[in-house]
Amino acid sequence: MAELRYSEEHEWVRVEGDIAVIGISDYAQDQLGDVVFVELPEPGRAVAKGEEAAVVESVKAASEVYAPVSGEVVEVNEPLADDPGLVNREPTAGGWFMKVRMADPGEVEALLDEAAYDSFVSGL
Amino acid sequence: MSDPETAAAKTTPLTGLHRELGARMAPFAGYDMPIQYAGGIIEEHLHTRGAASLFDVSHMGQLVIRGDDRALALEALVPGDIAGLAPGRMRYTMLTDEAGGILDDLIVTNVGGYLFVVANAACKEADIAHIRAALPGGCVLEELDRGLVALQGPKAALALAALVPGADALPFMTAAPFEIDGVRLAVTRSGYTGEDGFEISIPSGETERIARMLLDLPEVEPAGLGARDTLRLEAGLCLYGQDIDRTTTPVEAGLAWTIGKRRRSEGGFPGAGIILDQIASGPPRRRVGIRPDGRAPARAHTTVREVGGEAIGEITSGGFGPSVGGPVAMGYVAAGASDVDRPVEVVVRDRPLPARIAKLPFVPHRYFKGRGG
Repeated sequence: MAELRYSEEHEWVRVEGDIAVIGISDYAQDQLGDVVFVELPEPGRAVAKGEEAAVVESVKAASEVYAPVSGEVVEVNEPLADDPGLVNREPTAGGWFMKVRMADPGEVEALLDEAAYDSFVSGL
Repeated sequence: MSDPETAAAKTTPLTGLHRELGARMAPFAGYDMPIQYAGGIIEEHLHTRGAASLFDVSHMGQLVIRGDDRALALEALVPGDIAGLAPGRMRYTMLTDEAGGILDDLIVTNVGGYLFVVANAACKEADIAHIRAALPGGCVLEELDRGLVALQGPKAALALAALVPGADALPFMTAAPFEIDGVRLAVTRSGYTGEDGFEISIPSGETERIARMLLDLPEVEPAGLGARDTLRLEAGLCLYGQDIDRTTTPVEAGLAWTIGKRRRSEGGFPGAGIILDQIASGPPRRRVGIRPDGRAPARAHTTVREVGGEAIGEITSGGFGPSVGGPVAMGYVAAGASDVDRPVEVVVRDRPLPARIAKLPFVPHRYFKGRGG
């Protein structure tokens, strides 16, 4: 499995060709607690890096999920509608949010690698 | 994350125990409080509905009012019948202001020789000043420095009886002193979850030892303020500062049941004119349950509107109800639009979502009314 890259807003990206699979990190799901609702973008929507692309709601609060790369949303993880707890159980696998066809694959290079993200999180 | 509130946060007698148990702590009303433990809010919520949970509520104010005229003195500030409260009985009431607004909601117990008042953490300093200013010469108010825990759930009575024989016989909204291992406890059959349960006031220095004894009982797990909030929301119980405050009257809030016949006929409490008029003629808006049709939670400050039409009110508490298995909310809507099952819309992130006015509570109360009664 390809390595994950992370944003400082706690999204992860896994590159599959020109597609970026996007989700939220294990740290983020742990901080949120029980996820009870995920609002996903419409496929076809263009998102810019840093733009609010989805919303994840835990028991406690609603949080925005920002697009870590720019591009077009080509697919969203439909099973999250009925089983939002997937985000807690499998944050970096079955709990993915959306797939984006990247406008500029170079944007991924600006994201943190796993070690850098872990170090970032341990400083929070 | 640096939070300036945390640095100055007050602790409770159980702060160390919470940390030992792996609680996630956060500032609440100036106190460093456990929001949840390792299992998470949903697990703690469901455990409370299925067995029994221990909550630290030591942040709440525990006040004592002494003096011959204490009941009448307090009646000058609240619409509840305090003079008619028999020894060992307790009552839910509220401090009102001249406009009929609510300054705080309280549980008042007639312990016998004095009144015991439990007040909200965020309001207690103001309450103390407010009550003291109104007390006549012969009365005094003091704040107790004690721990307070809530043991809540259908197995709470069974669990507590193992440590405190006889506590399980107390009916709902009554109080009695008990002892565990030489420690004097003030036990009340009350709570804030809709379940059967107890609140137990304990000398500060003994609170941790007693809490550990309670947590050692097989039915009991710790629960934090997160679950306390989802439980009380499903039970339709108001949270001061959200569902009730100075801008809401007891009648609008659906709390007119706390105002008995004598107080209705005599008045003599702040805001009596407005409150009694609203009881007679109906309030302009009412607190109701609101049940979104889909899965998206509608949280506090969400606008409630007629289907495709005008705003009729606002949600004051909303989120996910673990026992309901979906979103639940409460809020105020215009009295003319407050009928149960009425279709409405809640505007979440600028999108109107279908919802219905719902009967409160969302989960039936299961209080213990006494044996053979």
